[in-house]
Amino acid sequence: MSVKDKVIEIIAEQAVLEPSDVTLDSTLEELGIDSLGLVESIFAIEEAFDISVPFNANEPTQSDFDISSVATIIAGIEKLIAEQA
Amino acid sequence: MKRVVITGAGTINALGQNVPDTLAAMREGRCGIGELDLRDVDRLAVKIGAQVKNFEAEALFNRQQMALFDRFTQFTLVAAREAMAQAGLEFSGELAAKSGVVLGNSGGGMQTLDENYRTVYEDGKNRVHPFVVPKLMNNAAASHVSMEFNLKGPSFTVASACASSNHAMAQAFQMVRTGMATAMVTGGTESMLCFGGVKAWEGLRVMSKDACRPFSANRNGMVQGEGAGVFVFEEMEHAKARGAEILAEISGFAMSSDAADIVMPSKQGAARAIAGALADARLNREDVGYINAHGTGTAANDKTECSAVADVFGPHADSLMMSSTKSMHGHLIGGTGAVELLACIMAVRDGVIAPTIGYEEPDPECALDVVPNEAREADVEVALSNAFAFGGLNAVLALRRV
Repeated sequence: MSVKDKVIEIIAEQAVLEPSDVTLDSTLEELGIDSLGLVESIFAIEEAFDISVPFNANEPTQSDFDISSVATIIAGIEKLIAEQA
Repeated sequence: MKRVVITGAGTINALGQNVPDTLAAMREGRCGIGELDLRDVDRLAVKIGAQVKNFEAEALFNRQQMALFDRFTQFTLVAAREAMAQAGLEFSGELAAKSGVVLGNSGGGMQTLDENYRTVYEDGKNRVHPFVVPKLMNNAAASHVSMEFNLKGPSFTVASACASSNHAMAQAFQMVRTGMATAMVTGGTESMLCFGGVKAWEGLRVMSKDACRPFSANRNGMVQGEGAGVFVFEEMEHAKARGAEILAEISGFAMSSDAADIVMPSKQGAARAIAGALADARLNREDVGYINAHGTGTAANDKTECSAVADVFGPHADSLMMSSTKSMHGHLIGGTGAVELLACIMAVRDGVIAPTIGYEEPDPECALDVVPNEAREADVEVALSNAFAFGGLNAVLALRRV
């Protein structure tokens, strides 16, 4: 499974949606994922890819990890996998 | 209804191992937060905390006690001994029969849990010390205080996460106010700075990796602390009759529940607790000069709390002071309200307002006088102590100069 598909699967599970309903330009807010859901998704992503995501819930826009859409999250994870490989 | 006063105070926390040292540190705006010294700290992402350093428990407790006292119990007894020595009350006869200990605590014997989980899970051993249960149960501290000081009335532990101490002290206050007890020992305690305790908090991603900067625009989370605060609450006429030194009067309290979210705070829930405490103490909002904030240094708490205070106090919000001493002693979770009550006593008794240290940048969403970085002298008649816990459980106490 590609990084993209796996991330979409994780986000879809959190949002209680089918993966086909999660598009690349969806925002977490549109998908109904709140702050706890976000933290839980990041945990699932870290476990799935064995990476560490630099995310602090107090300053979500400050870290390098961009959570503004599904596409930016996937891009961020691909970068982290490359860096932490 | 009886009036209730504080006749004894004791503490141990990262700022000091007694009340005078702690208050001196608060006056100086000293920071008790530093690098954590604990096993496997290299496996933690959060490596700072407000730890009690240079604590020689073996010098204070005998071998048998050490076998039974988790660190949170040790802290409690240190604070209780100081409070009881100051109060000068001897508990015997009828007084002893009615007086008890109500303490706030969240995690119980976390050090004991951590060590013994290691023993069975990591080291693969199949045997643990026989005292693990009596050592880790979170009423252990209250029980040992009752034993040491012959308190035979109602004793128990209150757990409401970060509001545990305030809920506990509110309960003790009620008991004395209604005449159920003449005196109660109360406060709170916590010792969660062990690998498992910090790791659990780390998971929530609300912890700062560098400092606790409440209300500052660049705040980035909370920092855990540890320790205890213990007080003697006594019926006022009883205290006066025996010539006891009165530190302050507890004049009211209120509790509320957000009934909304397990972690996100609610402005309405906080505001109802603050307004409720004023009503219970029969205070006008203009009477309040100082609020010891819950002020965790998280994005969510600080703006919600400021907004709740602005709602309750209206224009007076701009003339009162509100600081978060967590910037210095960290967040003691179940013990935090007890240590923070000391800052309220210092405000009404000594006219010294503890600062919010680490304050670097104003935040328009926290536009109150947060007493940035330096303590201030001020004539304060009434102080409030806020506590707003995970789970949406709020408790606010009102303190008054006597």
